[in-house]
Amino acid sequence: MNAVWIIAKRELNSFFDSLVAYIMLIAFLGFSGFFTWLFGSDIFLVKEASLQVFFGVAFWTLFFFIPAITMRQLAEEKKTGTLEMLLTKSINNRQLVMGKWLACFLLVVIALAFTIPYYITVASIGDIDHGATISGYLALLLMSAVYISIGIFASSITNNQIVAFLLALLIGIFFHFLFGILAGGTSGWISEIFSTLSLNNHFESISRGVLDSKDLIYFISISLFGIFLSEYMIAKRK
Amino acid sequence: MDIVIDKLSKSYGFQKAVDDISFKVKTGEILGFLGPNGAGKTTTMKMITGYLDIEEGDILMNGQSLKTHDMKQSIGYLPEHNPLYLDMPVVDYLHFCAALQHVAASEIDARIKKMVKLTGLDVEKHKKIGELSKGYRQRVGLAQAMIHDPEVLVLDEPTTGLDPNQIVEIRELIRQLGREKTVILSTHILPEVEATCDRILIINRGKIVADGTADSLRKQAQGKQVLRVRIMAPSYQDVFEQLKQLRSVGSVDVVDREQGRFEIQSVSNMQSNESIFKLCVDRGWILTEMIPFETKLEDIFRELTMN
Repeated sequence: MNAVWIIAKRELNSFFDSLVAYIMLIAFLGFSGFFTWLFGSDIFLVKEASLQVFFGVAFWTLFFFIPAITMRQLAEEKKTGTLEMLLTKSINNRQLVMGKWLACFLLVVIALAFTIPYYITVASIGDIDHGATISGYLALLLMSAVYISIGIFASSITNNQIVAFLLALLIGIFFHFLFGILAGGTSGWISEIFSTLSLNNHFESISRGVLDSKDLIYFISISLFGIFLSEYMIAKRK
Repeated sequence: MDIVIDKLSKSYGFQKAVDDISFKVKTGEILGFLGPNGAGKTTTMKMITGYLDIEEGDILMNGQSLKTHDMKQSIGYLPEHNPLYLDMPVVDYLHFCAALQHVAASEIDARIKKMVKLTGLDVEKHKKIGELSKGYRQRVGLAQAMIHDPEVLVLDEPTTGLDPNQIVEIRELIRQLGREKTVILSTHILPEVEATCDRILIINRGKIVADGTADSLRKQAQGKQVLRVRIMAPSYQDVFEQLKQLRSVGSVDVVDREQGRFEIQSVSNMQSNESIFKLCVDRGWILTEMIPFETKLEDIFRELTMN
């Protein structure tokens, strides 16, 4: 069995053993369900057979929930010393980080899978745009990939979970909306850079159903960058 | 698997934790690593197990450098504070460790069964590790180190937290394993080294200050033979005078005149047992006690590491 999968499997089991997974799932489905169906500019107010409302809500709920599941990943291992036990087994730094990343990603996938009934419901009420819905889910997954990488990186530089959580949010805020605001406040090539860095822009274009390789490259490269940085931080222990 | 440590050095900032250490460990040998806190024992072990990078020098296992070869699969390691996942049941944890060490899936269950039996965890195996007492956690630590049947075992203070019965069991276990494996263990408990190890290495401030068997270290530290004797004779003054005149005797101290007890230090590299015995026979004295006085390992340790 691949070392990445062994790590991921243990981590997933530990999510479900320690209530983290259940709290995360209930809170995520509660929040997004409430705002999608019951409150504010919900689906009935918009009067459109689309899940755009849900994607907008999930855009924010995931932003807050992901740091809560990533904060433990490496910080805890460092604090309790189990990192030493792990890294003296036949596993390298990259496999460890990838395993942790995969576990968090799968938890998000499970959470999103529970919202498939939303899709079925809306599809039975009206004429839903299947392409846009699928690419909306894709956008959420890609965004999660980025925030998980950032969260794991934050967890790799400290052994305090709270610090890891806050740091992940702090870095996340820049990608979530600060770069977008900065892009609006500046001009020329600086504005161009900020606008490219802003996760919001890329998220919106994919969730509208526009699949551009530029957006895909953005999400994938930032995710990989976070993984490499975490790996570097783990290797720096020596 | 033979291990060669060659001029190994490692520093933290300006402080040299390990300073130009060289030694060899052969298959079937149990090496005891002794030294005061902060002497560099743990740092050396962490480099052997691949947790820390080698800064200067080299470590060779079966002739292959750890710098270029990943030998983690041949090493079983019990870290100093025995870190474990407290939320995992013992069996699941051992399964996880076995899988990480590439034990074939079909053999994992058999290996776990064997380890559980070997370390006496049978009753506790389905409990979560967090529910176990320190002694049992230590057993789990040992079981995970041996789960993949490694050729080299590195144990950092393996008997801490165990009760006296468990200590005897674990020592016996280590001795058994040591017959076919290469074992390096560190400890603060001096009788433990004497009881389990074939060879002792004392390090202080990152340097090796002594290397040898317990007996050879004693000889080295002691130099001169010391005997305690008790002789029954009519005149103790006479005994005292006669003993002093023996060729091999350097000095005689009277311990207890009434009881006829003396402490005799021999001249360097000479033994006095025989001549004392002959003297007593010639004179018709009764020799009731003759005890070779051994320098304790504690004394050797203190002498080498106090400065």
